[in-house]
Amino acid sequence: MSTDRILLAHGDGGQLMADLIAQVFVARLGAGDPPGDDAAQLSATGRLAFTTDAFVVDPIFFPGGDIGRLAICGTVNDLATAGAKPLAISASFIIEEGFPIAALERVADSMARTADEVAVRIVTGDTKVVPRGKADKLYISTSGVGEIADGVCISGANVQVGDVVVITGPIGDHGLAVLSQREGLEFESGIVSDCAPLAGMVQALLCATPATHSLRDPTRGGLAAALNEIARQSQVEIEIVEADVPVRPSVAAACELLGLDPLYAANEGKMAVFVSPDQAQRALQALSEHKYGRDATMIGRATRRCPGRVLLKTALGTHRILDRHVGEQMPRIC
Amino acid sequence: MESLRQLRDPELLRQLAKHMRAIATPPATLMEVCGTHTVAIARHGLRQMLPDGVRLISGPGCPVCVTPQQQIDHFIALGALDGVTLTTFGDMLRVPGSEQSLEQARAAGADVRVVYSPLDAVALAARLPDRQVVFFGIGFETTAPAVALAITEAKRQRLPNFSVLSAHKLIPPAMLALLDSEVHVDGFICPGHVSVIIGSDAYRPVAARGKPCVVTGFEAADILRAIEILLRQLAEGRAEVESEYARAVKPGGNARAQALLSQVFTPTDARWRGLGEIPQSGLAIASDFADFDAARRFRVDLPTTKEPQGCRCGDVLRGLIDPPECPLFGSACTPAIPVGSCMVSTEGACQARYRYGSAHPVRQELSSDIASATSDAPDPSSERRT
Repeated sequence: MSTDRILLAHGDGGQLMADLIAQVFVARLGAGDPPGDDAAQLSATGRLAFTTDAFVVDPIFFPGGDIGRLAICGTVNDLATAGAKPLAISASFIIEEGFPIAALERVADSMARTADEVAVRIVTGDTKVVPRGKADKLYISTSGVGEIADGVCISGANVQVGDVVVITGPIGDHGLAVLSQREGLEFESGIVSDCAPLAGMVQALLCATPATHSLRDPTRGGLAAALNEIARQSQVEIEIVEADVPVRPSVAAACELLGLDPLYAANEGKMAVFVSPDQAQRALQALSEHKYGRDATMIGRATRRCPGRVLLKTALGTHRILDRHVGEQMPRIC
Repeated sequence: MESLRQLRDPELLRQLAKHMRAIATPPATLMEVCGTHTVAIARHGLRQMLPDGVRLISGPGCPVCVTPQQQIDHFIALGALDGVTLTTFGDMLRVPGSEQSLEQARAAGADVRVVYSPLDAVALAARLPDRQVVFFGIGFETTAPAVALAITEAKRQRLPNFSVLSAHKLIPPAMLALLDSEVHVDGFICPGHVSVIIGSDAYRPVAARGKPCVVTGFEAADILRAIEILLRQLAEGRAEVESEYARAVKPGGNARAQALLSQVFTPTDARWRGLGEIPQSGLAIASDFADFDAARRFRVDLPTTKEPQGCRCGDVLRGLIDPPECPLFGSACTPAIPVGSCMVSTEGACQARYRYGSAHPVRQELSSDIASATSDAPDPSSERRT
């Protein structure tokens, strides 16, 4: 390619665009299925899950990941919350004029690696270029289709009173990793995003405990938002024990410094899992044998007291309500 | 010095709660002056542990909350001028002005940027020589030194395009003003961060009016100890200034920060939301630094000040009512769609109470649920309170 930056002409449907798609995207992500067609053709037998997500993270490269890895993980993990195995993904790119092509290649490489990790194909896509200043560097939107195995019935509405709540590892890593790189706020923390595609871990879990009731990835709004959604959907109360919620010391320290609460900080490689108490040990065992669930631990239970409410038991033995967060605490973290 | 880990030891906390409850005290109303304490009290559920008859009320120590409508309108109006970039701490963005909030002004086209430190605003001014960069100086003795430093830095760099709209406030005059009002307070939990700057001796005039003052930190253990010391003083009929926060606060405070404040600012009469005009309770930019005073640099027409209808933030800020007593609380006014500043700010008494418990219809139930869980409660039924 004769230029090292994206030009408006890269989005005009002409030769430059064809070259960009061939050399940056097709070379890394595949040519679509069938190659060259505008729509991919898929076959599936069972129930399908379908989801979509947009990614505007700033900065686009951060410790532990980048916008490309995030764009695959976000959609793969949303499919996983339905117990679905990812089948195919679409990816749309909105690129700001002047964006370095080398950075775009890095992002596409990262998407390819992440998709390979869970054996999902990127089967269709689109590219648009907007004038400088009309978008910030690069936005990606992905959609995904996944297949749900027979006998698996997972929904945020399925949690039963008595269910155990498991979190698959320490919380807040992604939110604080991105925040630590923000302009005006850069600090050396060593915090690395947990950004990871969880399809494999969830399939291993469902192999051990197919009757898992509910799964939710605590992304924006953190664990607090995820638990509130589930409590409302399932009409149960969820009580968690603050001291049992795993938080890395570096994340806890950074949160304290910035006046943030790790319970509201985003995760991109964690799952909150709800299973009946008799299945809890099996679930924990299966999760902890997977590399992304190594630190899985029980943090609470569902009770009948006050449907829709999330309660947190403090170290003092007092209780407080764990509400959703409101306001612009951490914009553009995903 | 105790480490944070030691301060958070559950066994220590249980012991402290026991000591606090063991003091025989007449009914008492204690005010936590500082917004960070308000949040810590709500987060740790400390109200659930108070002895019978002891009440905690929130005071005027949330900087966003006490900034009067007129000053917010003034800052927003500056953003409408050609070539002006507004810079502010993020918690100011959503506070409703008479006509719009900063967030709404930004959506309508004003250049509003969130900074984490006033020095970032100075750096921005250096980077944008064609823009006039104005910083909104809100906050108490805690943040004012950083703003003073930013102003001296701008002067050193001879930046012609940096200025500050100062809405800074001073805590001790507000505490004295409260004592002259109809608000009933038996003792004060004094702010930790503010006291690092002004020192614990700054509360002597308050103690001289017969009100015990205890300076403390922000851990649950700190606050439990402060309450215990206040109750002990009340039980013994004393009114003194004591510090539980010796790990950070000296009696005389931070002399360098104080010197910086008196170099850059000069005390002035100031208007507070809810408390009205209080003599010598604000900080104006001193004449030596007049070039950096946005109030002098720009002339703007201000809209007629409109207070939100039905909002009782003013009474909440004086501790006259508990947030849930406001008719808008939790219905017309929530953190998502706030009417008053106390619901906007993360340090506001209304937001803290809404987020951590009291707003929910299950308030009563929460109090009784937890009674059994509070390990050394003498009698669960006596723990029930709203």
